[in-house]
This record gives sequence, C-alpha cells and structure tokens, in this order.
Amino acid sequence: MNRKYELVYVVSPDATDEQVTELHTQVEGIAQRMGGSIDKTENWGRRRLAYEIGRHKEGTYVLEVIDGTGELMKEIDRRFKVTDLVIRHLVVRVDEVQSVIDRTRGKRTDVSRRRRIARGLPPDRQPGEGQRGEPDDDRDDRFDMGEDMR
Amino acid sequence: MNGGRKSFGGGGGGGGRGRGGQNQQQGKDGQQRRPMFRRRKVCKFCADKIDDINYKDTRLLMPFVPERAKILPRRISGTCALHQRKLRTAIMRARQLALIPYTAE
Repeated sequence: MNRKYELVYVVSPDATDEQVTELHTQVEGIAQRMGGSIDKTENWGRRRLAYEIGRHKEGTYVLEVIDGTGELMKEIDRRFKVTDLVIRHLVVRVDEVQSVIDRTRGKRTDVSRRRRIARGLPPDRQPGEGQRGEPDDDRDDRFDMGEDMR
Repeated sequence: MNGGRKSFGGGGGGGGRGRGGQNQQQGKDGQQRRPMFRRRKVCKFCADKIDDINYKDTRLLMPFVPERAKILPRRISGTCALHQRKLRTAIMRARQLALIPYTAE
C-alpha cells in the first residue's frame, strides 16, 4: 500500500549543482524501481544551518514528496545514511496528518457556512468583509446590527 | 506574548513573582484595587486557525523558541495542549534538520 512521505535532505555545501541533481535522480530511480513516484520536488537552495554539523555551517536543502511504500523509504534512508554528501535527512509520513488537517478545515468551513446562512448572509465570506484580521466571531451582536441597518 | 502571566491567576499569594505583597491586598472597594494588567492568553493556533503546524515553517515556530532555544512552555505562551503537542513535534523535526537550534551558546 502506497503512502505519502516527505523527505528532506541537506546536502553538503561543497557539492556542486550537478551532484545535487544527481542525488535527486538517484532518489527518483529508486522510487520508480520500487513502485513509487515523486509528487513534488522543491529545492530550497543554500541555507545557513542553525548549528554546525561536522564542520559545515551551510547546506543545500531539498524537499521531495514521495508516494511509495515503507520499504522504499527504508531503502532511501539506508542509502542516505551511507552517502557522505548528504549531511542530514528526515523522512516524515504525511498522508494521515494531511487528512486530519483537511477534515478539521472542512468542518470549520461547514460550521461557519451554516452560521452565516442562519444569519441570513451568503455562505462564503465576501471580498472586503471582516478585514484587518478581525476575528470571525459570530456571537458579536454589534456586528450583526451593522449588517441589518445597511 | 512573552510577558503575559496566568489569566485568572488568583489575585492573592501563590503568584510567585508578581510585584511584592503590599499592592495586592488593597481592600474590595473596586476603585483602589488595581490588579496588575494581565492579558488574557489564547492559543495562537486556535485564534489564527492554523491547523497545520509544519516543521518546515520556521517563521511560525521561531516565536516559540526564545533565545536559549528551549521550547516555550504552555504556561507562558498560552498554547492549548493539543497545539503544544503538535508544536513540540514540529520543533523537534525542525531541529533535526538544523532549521532551528537545539541550544544557543
């Protein structure tokens, strides 16, 4: 069963751009070989590290969102552990967390829509409404009065 | 955000630091008693409706790791339990990737 994972790795600052892209193609190769795919790749470029790792103070960060099995991630993890060019890497499973986030977001918009309809407003927020970070507080009756008088 | 103390901290005693004793026991006739102004603390993530506390978003996490780079406790930041837990995992992940320091010298 395929799951969604995020892989972030920090490449040594000594590495050339070609080496970084080569690492990426390596990951892609392993993924394809083991029945996975890469959904997204982001190169954050060279960043300062928050602390020194070995003798390095900078690193190139690359993020890959991978769709694949646990076996695949294990293999990538193993590879990166033995690759000296990669000074740090992290694999995180994201699908479950993402579904929870989507659910809470969906619930929130549902609730706010229902409340807005109960107040006789269009279900979605109109442009220019409640600007300046005003909390969307439905119990604020002063606000409702303003709406009625208009 | 930092300086805020407990919201309903119980006016007398127990409060630890809060400005000596004399000030607090000033009778009940409303006018005289001027309790130290405390802002009501709310969970930033609940208030701003941030569902996703992500380890990649250092701009979001940095306010919760003050100079010493320790994680700001809930009693000071006012973060709710659920979000503090999520915040903690996010910070720990960000630390692994050297996005956030473990300590500051």
